[in-house]
Amino acid sequence: MTTTTASPLPFAPFQQAALPGADLPWLADLRRAGRDRFAALGLPTPRNEAWKFTTLRPLEKLSFAPVPADAPAVPVDAIPAVAADSHRLVFVDGRFRPDLSRRQGLPAGVTLLSLGEALSTVPAQVEAMLGRTAAVDGHALLALNAAYLADGVLLHVAKGVTVDRPIELVFLAAGGSADAPLAWHPRLLLALEDNAEATLVEQHLGRDGAVYLSNVAAEVVAGPGARLHHYKLQEEGRDAFHLATLTTRLGRDATYDSFVLNLGARLARHEARSLLDGTGITCRVSGAYAIAGSQHSDITTLIDHAHPHCTSREVVKGVIGGQGRAVFQGKIIVRPDAQKTDGYQLNRALLLSDTAEIDSKPELEIYADDVKCSHGATAGELDDDQLFYLRARGLPLEQARALLVAAFLDEAVDEVVSEPVREHFRSRIHAVLERR
Amino acid sequence: MPLIEIKNLHASVDGKEILKGIDLTIDAGEVHAIMGPNGSGKSTLSYVLAGRDGYEVTDGSVTFAGVDLLALEPEERAAAGLFLAFQYPVEIPGVSNTTFLKEALNAIRKTRGEPALDAMQFLKLIRAKAKDLSMTDEMIKRAVNVGFSGGEKKRNEALQMAVLQPKLAILDETDSGLDIDALRIVAEGVNALRSPERAMLVITHYQRLLDYIVPDVVHVLAHGRIQRTGGKELALELEAKGYAEFGADEAA
Repeated sequence: MTTTTASPLPFAPFQQAALPGADLPWLADLRRAGRDRFAALGLPTPRNEAWKFTTLRPLEKLSFAPVPADAPAVPVDAIPAVAADSHRLVFVDGRFRPDLSRRQGLPAGVTLLSLGEALSTVPAQVEAMLGRTAAVDGHALLALNAAYLADGVLLHVAKGVTVDRPIELVFLAAGGSADAPLAWHPRLLLALEDNAEATLVEQHLGRDGAVYLSNVAAEVVAGPGARLHHYKLQEEGRDAFHLATLTTRLGRDATYDSFVLNLGARLARHEARSLLDGTGITCRVSGAYAIAGSQHSDITTLIDHAHPHCTSREVVKGVIGGQGRAVFQGKIIVRPDAQKTDGYQLNRALLLSDTAEIDSKPELEIYADDVKCSHGATAGELDDDQLFYLRARGLPLEQARALLVAAFLDEAVDEVVSEPVREHFRSRIHAVLERR
Repeated sequence: MPLIEIKNLHASVDGKEILKGIDLTIDAGEVHAIMGPNGSGKSTLSYVLAGRDGYEVTDGSVTFAGVDLLALEPEERAAAGLFLAFQYPVEIPGVSNTTFLKEALNAIRKTRGEPALDAMQFLKLIRAKAKDLSMTDEMIKRAVNVGFSGGEKKRNEALQMAVLQPKLAILDETDSGLDIDALRIVAEGVNALRSPERAMLVITHYQRLLDYIVPDVVHVLAHGRIQRTGGKELALELEAKGYAEFGADEAA
């Protein structure tokens, strides 16, 4: 089967035959359905309520070329590791790079494969997991991801298995220019069975000047009693577009501890939807960002309390300089059955210039009557009393400001439970702040 | 040459004149106390000297160690050797005491052309100073003033003073909110810094603190002016008679 289809939008025509799993009819159908759906929907516009504050118009001006076949040389030590002994899958321009990856010593019961590998070795498992939580429906970016689905990750942790060492997923952008921007659409399929435990660290990295779109779709399923720590660092190049859609389904007594750190990209959106599909679940969906220049950071979340006795916590803090614009949309639904829900949401933004902007939209929909839900949102400048105190001790104004900004972000990262990840995130924050 | 010479200092806050012509000269080695009722302008004077925004000097001059103090930014005043121990020390979440003080000390050393202390040298210094003030390692690692009791905050001010070694220390109501034990520890810390090269200006409402930090000169500030100047016995007199003779409502 060789079909070359005219691209409905600025994406390169895709060639089924060249994609992994081209011989799997169900996958061909899925891609075709994604393509048709995306053609019908188009990119989201501000007319769509969920995209009111983030416009993708700059994407429409670009014409994305296919990723070149020859893999660029990347020295293995150019890839930052959160832990020296971590398991690691590395992708360069969206393509899996076994030469840069390492998976020695995975415990029995753990499957960690690139999607390409999984499609050739365990296609039935991919079929069972793909689209399990991420229903395309009206979601154009999921449709686009399905249409161009090429590579990604399959992680499966069997019942009761604990993966001690962190699992790192590194997405590195090497190519892409203003003349020939690139796009890739990784799909992450992550499943923990009952009482399994793992720590997953995503890093999305690129260099300034490289023009590309990374359109990630992640599907997470955590079974009863499973514990997943899921951390993400987005440090794409300053001319890149990063769009991520994360859908999570949690079973009874599961713990999902997640944190996203947005530092890079010209435009980044992290959309996380968590369904608390059982009782006794603990769900943490937190994040931080530091943007400047004309960067745009959007963190949009949905926490759906469908059952009683669950706890959710969401703390999102960020610093906005220059003409940066940040968006926080945090929706919490407490369904009629979800009595004894304990929900906490906090959004704080620090504005460092008169032209910095934050759009904050907390949204609580509560249909149960015996719940504890609180939320708060603040936006402000650096505290004058703190600045004066530091200056009165001899710190020059700029140094005092920098210290307070770093402190604000350091504190935001306190939400990260894993200590090595917390330290890694802090060092990245400090590196980025120093460069500005 | 006096260490600090304040001449005819007038200052306003939000257009309201608070200081109405302060004259005050302090020589190195001296400890002066300024006493006065609430609202007399004591804290305003300390903020004007430290260079806080929102305090507008409308007349007069301040010469500190031979330079025009009022022309300097707050950090330049600190580098010149001025230190204000705050009445209400500010909490700074996310910044450890150690980081804060190390950056402060090294910023000041830099302006003086002295090499920065490295982490080990600094740690040794701060540990020794903290010990003198009965502060634990845990306290110096904690975020600046966060979760500190009133007494701990004042001890922390004394620690900063001990590390930064200013020429002139202004203690703004250091006794407020302290029980007697905390007061004694802080006062001992301050007294340890008394030296022929250093001067202190102790601002207080009550005489109590002056039992521990005994001043050479006592001034009474009321209505934005120094109304009377005397020796340490003046503090005792005020304790007995209150500020009524200066037209202040003692209940204030």
